[in-house]
Amino acid sequence: MSEEKYVPKSKLAQWFDSRLPLLTLSHHLKGYPTPKNLNYWWTFGGILTFCLITQIVTGVILGMHYVAHTDHAFESIEHIMRDVNYGWLIRYVHANGASMFFLAVYIHIFRGLFYGSYKAPRELIWIIGVIIYLLMMATAFMGYVLPWGQMSFWGATVITNLFSAIPFVGESITTWLWGGYSIDNPTLNRFYSLHYLLPFLIFGLIILHIWALHVPGNNNPVGIDVKKNSNETMPFHPYMVMKDITALIVFTIIFLWFVFFAPNVLGHPDNYIEANPLVTPSHIVPEWYLLPFYAILRAIPSKLGGVIFMFASIFILMILPWLDTSKVRSSVFRPIYRKFFWVLVVTVILLGYLGAKPPEGIYLILARIATAYYFIHFLVLLPLLGRYEKTDPLPMSISDPVLNKPGIMDKFKKAAAQYEGDDVTSFK
Amino acid sequence: MLLLLNRIILVVFISLFSFSTSSEEVKSEFIKTKWSFEGIFGTFDRASLQRGYQVYQEVCSGCHSVQHLSYRNLSEKGGPEFSTEEAKAIAAQFEVEDGPNSDGEMFMRPGRLSDKFVKPYPNVEASTAANGGAYPPDMSVLAKARAGGADYIYSLLLGYEEAPTGFELDDGVYYNKYMPGNKIKMSAPLSDGLVEYADGTQATTAQMAKDVTNFLVWASEPHLESQHRMGFKAIIYLIILLTLVYMSKQKVWSRFGSKKEPEEETFDKVEKAVTEYEGEDPKTFK
Repeated sequence: MSEEKYVPKSKLAQWFDSRLPLLTLSHHLKGYPTPKNLNYWWTFGGILTFCLITQIVTGVILGMHYVAHTDHAFESIEHIMRDVNYGWLIRYVHANGASMFFLAVYIHIFRGLFYGSYKAPRELIWIIGVIIYLLMMATAFMGYVLPWGQMSFWGATVITNLFSAIPFVGESITTWLWGGYSIDNPTLNRFYSLHYLLPFLIFGLIILHIWALHVPGNNNPVGIDVKKNSNETMPFHPYMVMKDITALIVFTIIFLWFVFFAPNVLGHPDNYIEANPLVTPSHIVPEWYLLPFYAILRAIPSKLGGVIFMFASIFILMILPWLDTSKVRSSVFRPIYRKFFWVLVVTVILLGYLGAKPPEGIYLILARIATAYYFIHFLVLLPLLGRYEKTDPLPMSISDPVLNKPGIMDKFKKAAAQYEGDDVTSFK
Repeated sequence: MLLLLNRIILVVFISLFSFSTSSEEVKSEFIKTKWSFEGIFGTFDRASLQRGYQVYQEVCSGCHSVQHLSYRNLSEKGGPEFSTEEAKAIAAQFEVEDGPNSDGEMFMRPGRLSDKFVKPYPNVEASTAANGGAYPPDMSVLAKARAGGADYIYSLLLGYEEAPTGFELDDGVYYNKYMPGNKIKMSAPLSDGLVEYADGTQATTAQMAKDVTNFLVWASEPHLESQHRMGFKAIIYLIILLTLVYMSKQKVWSRFGSKKEPEEETFDKVEKAVTEYEGEDPKTFK
């Protein structure tokens, strides 16, 4: 970073910091220059960190009471809900916390897409973010299996069976994943183990995500580089900290509203029925945050094709920085991309809706159109737009992003006239 | 281009709405009831919970277990709130298997508060076999395990009707207009006057259905009242905190934003902008 070398004041602190520069780190974090025009969409990074910590803390407590065994898992959840002090609160925070985590991450991702935060020099931040998102989905999926309800069991069946589509080795891989010839106790045990492990990997990746962010610094709504240590940036503390906390409290209010007043609306009623390998639910659906991918999976007529397209829909995000060839970051200055951005948002929501519907008739047709559009957006539209889109002129700095907007010259003529004291019409 | 795009979005939306309504199959809407436990301040009606327990005990418990409920729950706050003595007496009505004793034998003893509700059958298989191949579901979390929750249970109990002509029913299968598929293996469990309420309430079918539904909702969410109370407090607290934090944030930010730019700087900016606009040498400006 381009900051001046930090030297702690006291002798003891100097001794410590020269051996382990935690104080320098804290100084860097406090003074980290952020663009002053960051809007509230930029507060979701902090909110996501809060979500992860909430999940880890509640999860560790749940782990003290949960029993990872097919005969006792469902019962142990009811034990937590009824007999553990405030167990119901901890479990509902954990269960709804997963949904809130995904809500926040989707806003965070779409913010990145809208403002072009994935473009040079921030490609690595974006790629690490996509990996975090993948791990989040894996963690959430395995967590949903743990209560050992009907949707747990059958969701796990559907997802693990996907791997059997791989030619030649598919069946062996599935058996290996299950730890047997069907989903049973070994499967539940390993899912529990991995569900406990992955959040800490996510935590490590978040540190890398923030580290990679602190090299180029934040993107901003205008999408042009800011001059560091100028009046265009403000120190992270207290300015961004206060803004992040404000947004976090609003987020927490929504979060807690679900926890206390609608704790089960985001889940499926069938998951309160204990897993039964002999009874298949009429519709097997994953949690809402995985529905768009489920829709893509089922939209493709072949099983292997569905699996490939489903994974491709996520991995395509990793090469997004090179698919979008436009040099302009923020879609504020990209009139056509901006339209397509919103079409993509609608497409993804539509896919989510279709993922919850049976794959037949009009739902299947729509899912196919939406899937095709999803890939066309990234593979065709973005490269073409980068080439042919006429972008609006960029401002000179974030301090006066308005300068190049239409109609602004009249304002300046007026301002100039005021300054000069001349007649407006004689200007020039 | 943009116009075309807008039109595509419109078409997609219209098709979505028109199709989503037509392809759903026609089902009976659940009977909508105003439940006392709904809403932010929702609490249970104690008398109704006590009557509901009675209906469960006298009517349902022959086939349906509530294995996650303990007898002590009956006297706990936020539930039917029987007195401890009453709950002890209820528990003592049941024989519970305990052991092994010092001789290594299992033995039966009267139930205690700490015991779970005694199940009518030892396991799912026994219960299925005794009920014509249909497992009477455990009712501990039934209200959360069915779409529609309380409304579903209440409607189902009142939804027995003569099957419409042409509707094929096997032996031991009954017609219920709220059951998915309209076929149910449980015969109508309630009829007027089936139980004699201790508090003298008229035991109509609707009354019993309502009471037992209340009981089952409490059984699946025994901490619902404290959940509502805590939720209200937590959200009020956060709203107050939000106001204070927002005001502090505005105050902190005003340190940064309020500095007035000197006039000279404004002029420079205008000059630069005008230059860019007119494409002239800044020196010729004016």
